[in-house]
Amino acid sequence: MNLRRDVFQAIADPTRRAILLLVASQSMTAGAIAANFDSARPTVSKHLQILTECDLLEQEQSGREIYYHLNPKKMKEVADFVEVFRNMWDERFNKLEAVMKNYKPKK
Amino acid sequence: MERKTKVSAEDGKQEIIITREFDLPLELLFRAYEEPGIIEQWMGTKVLKLENRKHGSWQFETSDPQGNIVFKADGVIHEFVPNSKITRTFEMANAPFGVQLELLQFESVTDETSKLSIHTIFESVALRDQMLKLPFAAGINMAHNRLQEIVNKLK
Repeated sequence: MNLRRDVFQAIADPTRRAILLLVASQSMTAGAIAANFDSARPTVSKHLQILTECDLLEQEQSGREIYYHLNPKKMKEVADFVEVFRNMWDERFNKLEAVMKNYKPKK
Repeated sequence: MERKTKVSAEDGKQEIIITREFDLPLELLFRAYEEPGIIEQWMGTKVLKLENRKHGSWQFETSDPQGNIVFKADGVIHEFVPNSKITRTFEMANAPFGVQLELLQFESVTDETSKLSIHTIFESVALRDQMLKLPFAAGINMAHNRLQEIVNKLK
């Protein structure tokens, strides 16, 4: 992943990483996101602003509410998530295979 | 490189199917899931308990170098048929993913190769999608930690 400096700054904070994980599965309002944290509402708003400024989050107006979701251009939808998930299992199974080859009876 | 591991996660379904062919005879593949000492080697987690029998239970735990527990999961074994099938539940502690049902099927392909399919069923589509995104989120964390290390070296 090619991380620009601003993206790096954005994900440098554990709360902001938690926000990304939260909105990864569904769009949420600032209020719904803030309800997941002990931090004061303005603090969460500041985090949302930073994530939005560096394009990791997108805002979408729906009636009176603003919903936040992951920017699909930056995070390219579920297919990419599945690919990362597949890679994790592939690496895990490669390790299994390598470990088990040590248990093979010598011919 | 050839893609040995396949993941099927259809939209709107609360399941994931993972399949993989191994350059290992069936017996060796099954041992990788049967023996605590071996599981610890490839999964990198501590096996606190593993009762390989119907109605047995299992418990895994991973700590970081500082001794903090970073991963803890447990479940019960519903079916255990050597070299063929393991049916078990899986639940991660302190994580919002609910309980999962895992059906592991072990098959022989040739004398020297074998196949594993893991069919995982989640409580809901939303929970499945969240689980799928977990390695991605962990990747963000790791990318950050790596950058942090590099930055620390520059200081």
